[in-house]
Amino acid sequence: MKKRIIINEEYCMGCRLCEVYCVTQRSRSKDILKAYKGEYPRPVSGIVFEEKGPISFALQCRHCEEPPCVEACLTGALYVDAETGRVLHDRERCVGCWMCIMVCPFGVIKLDHDERVVASKCDLCIEAEEPACVVHCPNEAITVVEVKEKE
Amino acid sequence: MRYLIIGNSAAAVNAVEAIRGVDKEGDITIVSDEEVLNYSRPLLSYYLGGRIAEDRLAFRDEAFYKKHKVDLILGKRATGLDTEKKRVTLADGQVLPYDRLLISVGGVPIVPPIEGLRDDTTGVFTFIQLREAKRLIDYIEQDSIQKAVVLGAGLIGLKAIEGLLERGVRVTVIELMDRILANTFDAEASSIIEERLTAHGCTVIKGDTIARVKTRGGKIRQLTLKSGKEIPTSLLIVAVGVRPNLELVKRTSVKTDRGIVVDEFMQTSVQAVYASGDCAQGLDFLSKENAVIAIWPVAARQGRVAGLNMSGVQTTYPGLFAMNSVQIMDVPTISFGMTTPPEGEGYEVLHRLDRAKSSYKKIVLRNDRVVGAILLNAVERAGVYGMLIREGIDVKEFKDQLLSDAFGLLVLPKEFRKHLVAGESFVA
Repeated sequence: MKKRIIINEEYCMGCRLCEVYCVTQRSRSKDILKAYKGEYPRPVSGIVFEEKGPISFALQCRHCEEPPCVEACLTGALYVDAETGRVLHDRERCVGCWMCIMVCPFGVIKLDHDERVVASKCDLCIEAEEPACVVHCPNEAITVVEVKEKE
Repeated sequence: MRYLIIGNSAAAVNAVEAIRGVDKEGDITIVSDEEVLNYSRPLLSYYLGGRIAEDRLAFRDEAFYKKHKVDLILGKRATGLDTEKKRVTLADGQVLPYDRLLISVGGVPIVPPIEGLRDDTTGVFTFIQLREAKRLIDYIEQDSIQKAVVLGAGLIGLKAIEGLLERGVRVTVIELMDRILANTFDAEASSIIEERLTAHGCTVIKGDTIARVKTRGGKIRQLTLKSGKEIPTSLLIVAVGVRPNLELVKRTSVKTDRGIVVDEFMQTSVQAVYASGDCAQGLDFLSKENAVIAIWPVAARQGRVAGLNMSGVQTTYPGLFAMNSVQIMDVPTISFGMTTPPEGEGYEVLHRLDRAKSSYKKIVLRNDRVVGAILLNAVERAGVYGMLIREGIDVKEFKDQLLSDAFGLLVLPKEFRKHLVAGESFVA
């Protein structure tokens, strides 16, 4: 079964807890205080947050069925995980050419200014049971569904 | 079913993946005149600059060919094609019959005739093949080369320059046009990158070209430019462009124009013969005409569409458009479509320049639709502009927000946005 995140902008309150917990989950310590006060550089959140007036929503990688970023990747750093269908990114292979950013229609791949500048994106919290943004959204604006394999 | 693929780069690999998604049993053979498993050409500059090692050049590993049951024939050139008998002959005489053929042989670097320059002149290189890049590195190391000249300030030339500078080689670039990157960028973007080049010690000569070269003992020694200027050098990299490789289809009935002409199924004028990538001339989404668009995403997509059609799943190539993402001298740049529109033909241009940050955004519109863009040092969310081009979205209502730092999906009409982000299997 493949997981996908569904966002519902009508329910989003703009609290940005999704980002806070995304950064925490992507930190080494997995501790909210240490993630924000003790780890440099701070991990890049896998969420793109958009807000204007009363409208807000959090967007993360859609883990497309036929991901244009994987198709455009020059290095093989981006790939589809055969088991889970997730679009994953191997930082070691990435050279920061931004082909993925060029072709992602959602604009959800970011630049990570770590030691080397590489791409960064949502991996649906590969190390956790459920994505952190989903778990910590107080109003179910971000939910997770399981989709059946396409035959 | 016997699938034969000539070439082993982006188009070929994507074709294999597509074929195997449909046909698990058919025989797939790949023939490449290069000896290595596969490698990503755009990574050659990173390799030249020492940013990545040779083992990082491959974009698919050995297991890929095993998993997809591909018979690999490396280091052999396909020299003959008989579309009647459906077979390809290799340079060593080996004959390979096929039921479906994919020609994805890429491009060949253009080397203009220059007085005094011979095919075998030592110290002259092109920069699109690994073996050439390796020869170049050996030459620089053996002769302790300190200075180089690059002819052509397009994307390949600039990436070569970057690699050379990273190796500590001082570079002079000679460009025929009045500015660098004239094909991809507008004057503003060109000037920002030119400043960066100059700041890194590269000498930029524009509106000039090499008239003749002097050699000594078969080795390049001095260039004389059209302007009369003389430049001593023992290393010249020719990067004036690439043209489709039409060698294999010469003297066959496969129709060619600038490249190998393909229909919406990536099939050439001859049945069962397909072409993809830098050698193919397929639909340009923007002009609605066939054009050679020699970029990675086009090669990958065309390869995939060809693979699907070859294995019997009729699939139409939607047509892509020119787009480039290149990090030059640590400046991320992305461009789409029409970047320098002709005057007086109904185009509208929005732009925003931040000299302090060296950031620049330019959006080209026609009839309130985005048809082109340039982004320098402001590439995040670039793909959203690409999506606006492809979807032909009317931007009249949010035109004033196109250049904003906060630009994103929020500006889109709500229904369209919801459809976009909720789409179960959004396919670009």
